[in-house]
Amino acid sequence: MREILSDLERWRRQGRRVALARVIDLEGSGPRLPGATMAVADDGEVAGSVSGGCVEGAVVVEALEVLESNDRRLVSFGYSDDEAFAVGLTCGGTIHLFIEPLDW
Amino acid sequence: MDATPESGTATPIFDAVASLLREQSAFALATVVEGPGAGAKLLVRPEGTMGTLGDANLDRVVERDALGELAAGRSGVRNYGEHGEAREDHVRVFIESFAQPPRMLIFGAVDFTASLVRVAKVLGYRVTVCDAREVFATRQRFPLADEVVVDWPNRLLDQVGADLGQRDAVCVLTHDNKFDVPAIVSALATGVGYIGVMGSRRTHENRLVRLREAGVDDAGIARLRSPLGIDIGARTPEETAISIVAEIIALRTGRSAQALSASSGPIHD
Repeated sequence: MREILSDLERWRRQGRRVALARVIDLEGSGPRLPGATMAVADDGEVAGSVSGGCVEGAVVVEALEVLESNDRRLVSFGYSDDEAFAVGLTCGGTIHLFIEPLDW
Repeated sequence: MDATPESGTATPIFDAVASLLREQSAFALATVVEGPGAGAKLLVRPEGTMGTLGDANLDRVVERDALGELAAGRSGVRNYGEHGEAREDHVRVFIESFAQPPRMLIFGAVDFTASLVRVAKVLGYRVTVCDAREVFATRQRFPLADEVVVDWPNRLLDQVGADLGQRDAVCVLTHDNKFDVPAIVSALATGVGYIGVMGSRRTHENRLVRLREAGVDDAGIARLRSPLGIDIGARTPEETAISIVAEIIALRTGRSAQALSASSGPIHD
């Protein structure tokens, strides 16, 4: 969260709603450790990352749904084989994310 | 259109998190990620807590565990009963540790210093530049440094040495025995994880003699990375900075610093 703090504060000053997605657990090989954080503003602007770029697109969709419904959710991404457009990690690991509105 | 801008919403925990991050203080943030009250938060510091996970007993147990995780610099999920009971998994709590950034003390305000400050900041170090020569140790020359101290390195170490640990680094770039030797002797008296000393092979040999004269034993000499850095053929100050921080990372992880393409086995531990 440290790296994206200034984005979070700017968005809040501008009155934008924000969802936070944090890596909470990791199985096997994965690029980012628990605590890696990505933030998504209600207009789709993004700061930070939770993987090496493999799942960020899907996380934006989940985060916007979280802002829409104002609930929170656990989301996991596992191994993706070579099927076109399948969302997942190519490195063979599984990451578990917690996505929530920044309303606390 | 959203009629209630979020700037009007109170976010007391986030505001506290933001100011603790700015102050570079240590804290942990516990969040219920599954179970009753998902999303509830407890901010934990050695000085006390803020917020609640919805149950006073759960708060107490998580506070204790979070302080342990913070001391170890770990983040992860733990399971509890509804009132904090062990060996139950009614509530899953993610404890995220925000340890203080590691420190890097750079002795010697030279050209190599400016590059090393830049690279160390990228890696998240809190960086102090120290040199006894007032004309060189200026804020203007090292705008990214967290502190620029005009003093003898060994005197700075007398003040802050007790706080240095395994994650911290001391880089001696002065190449002047008058400053280097007392700085190295003082650094060896601390628990700092990395002590790197710049200099040519010849400077290094000469310095070894001086260090022996100053009473440094074999164990002390073996702790020094001198000349500092890994051999990537670095020539410029920027390349040298990369070579130095690569050595610091490899020392911490116990890896060999060879090319991944020349080895096999897992990339991440």
